[in-house]
Amino acid sequence: MYDVAIVGVGIHPFGRFGAKSAIEMGAQAVRSALADAGASWPQVQFAFGGSNEVDNPDAVVSLLGLTGIPFMDVYNGCATAGTALELTADAIRYGKYELGVAVGMDKHLPGAFTADPEYYSAPSWYGAAGQFLTTKFFGIKINRYMHDHGISHQTLAKVVAKSLRNGVLNPNAFRRRPMDEQSILDARMLNYPLTQYMFCSPDEGAAAVVLCRADLAHRYTSTPIFLRASALRTRRYGAYEVHSSWAAVEEDKAPTVYASQAAYEIAGIGPEDVGVIQLQDTDAGAEIIHMAENGFCADGEQEKLLAEGATEIGGRLPVNTDGGLIANGEPIGASGLRQVHELVLQLRGQAGERQVPGNPRVGYAQLYGAPGTAAVSILTT
Amino acid sequence: MTQVAFAPDVFTWPAAEPRLLGGRCPACQAVMFPRKPSCPRCGNPDIAEHLLPRRGVLVAWTIQGFLPKAPYAGGETEETFRPFGVGLVQLGDEVRVEARLTEADPEKLTFGMELELVVVPFRTDADGTEIMIHAFAPASPEISDQAELAE
Repeated sequence: MYDVAIVGVGIHPFGRFGAKSAIEMGAQAVRSALADAGASWPQVQFAFGGSNEVDNPDAVVSLLGLTGIPFMDVYNGCATAGTALELTADAIRYGKYELGVAVGMDKHLPGAFTADPEYYSAPSWYGAAGQFLTTKFFGIKINRYMHDHGISHQTLAKVVAKSLRNGVLNPNAFRRRPMDEQSILDARMLNYPLTQYMFCSPDEGAAAVVLCRADLAHRYTSTPIFLRASALRTRRYGAYEVHSSWAAVEEDKAPTVYASQAAYEIAGIGPEDVGVIQLQDTDAGAEIIHMAENGFCADGEQEKLLAEGATEIGGRLPVNTDGGLIANGEPIGASGLRQVHELVLQLRGQAGERQVPGNPRVGYAQLYGAPGTAAVSILTT
Repeated sequence: MTQVAFAPDVFTWPAAEPRLLGGRCPACQAVMFPRKPSCPRCGNPDIAEHLLPRRGVLVAWTIQGFLPKAPYAGGETEETFRPFGVGLVQLGDEVRVEARLTEADPEKLTFGMELELVVVPFRTDADGTEIMIHAFAPASPEISDQAELAE
């Protein structure tokens, strides 16, 4: 097996862009990633493209050049971009190709996601009853977690205030205005205990990554970032997950825990080595829970860590330094590659005003979404 | 007034003491709701119908504070919508089910509180037909004591 290096990253800003198509945004992200790698599209040997709204992300080739390369389309819920990244990396790891692109793009309507419950193996009446809502699941999960582990409403507000402050420093973010904690707490309650500003918004955007066999990375960059591990796991029997009308009495751990443990093992790296962290913050509660599920703290320790500012850019555990999903929104296909884009900038020392001090050497990214799928990637200098 | 269940095969109805229609895997004894075509634990494609206990305890909950998009069929508008509770309710030691709660005030919901299944109005159609849905309501302590004695 070969090691895999990231030699270029590119992003189309996240937000709302009128009539501009997701395909155009995807092509722009790829151009930007290729420019970052000093590579050209005809050199790219293969690609994986991820999207929820776009049936065939491979349509980007009609804007980049019809070179005839294999282009594979993937969709895997909120873990779509992690899936595209892993498949691209694996094709290089196993020696099939030397240089490839992972790209993700999406263009969602405003408001909570909806779909036919039967596509998620849930009964159709589950939607009719008003339960087929990701926001409801996240409300239920964090409400119980707060009860069990002593997390306050104020701590949820701290997560949002921090992410929006980081968003102010990120020119590609969707939400770039800070908010005080009290305004976040006083906002409309969508799914108790989560208020309006504690949720991310589905929006629009694209991101792309150029991956290369590590021994060839010097052709493109003097600062390669190595993808040490990628792991994806689905829910096990006993986990209470998004879009499920029931759960077993005997509880099992969430899929994130298993993906995280697998990724640490593959990378030979532990949570104590990680210098910059990207977590799926579909809502403020998810960021809190995912801190523990990914091994960065014990359950309940978040209350103290947030009060101390540990998750701020200058803190001991910098989380979502680019504002995460809360400030960037979630174009599903692109979201995980946006995480990787930020980690690569941080590990290269190119994150500008958002730069984590002390030259972080290990970056960690986690995705989680319906119907209970998690993906973790670990990057190093 | 005609009353009709909002979906077939979700709960026994009409009934003085309605029960949810679950499934049980004869191979591994896993209990699920609703009955699935095959077992989520062992994959056995032969699942028996299984009536779930009426009473349970509240494991976790939220309040649905905004009008869900389609396929929600509650019939409200933004103006008429009233928040409703949704809970994960453990029925005996058999299974946890996610369902509506009759209580939508966070102050009145507590983890571990005892609940029982009821069937309540969901919406009224243009022809006057009342559409009914299952929900969990706080169980009265007296009934709870009797149930324990009965066991």
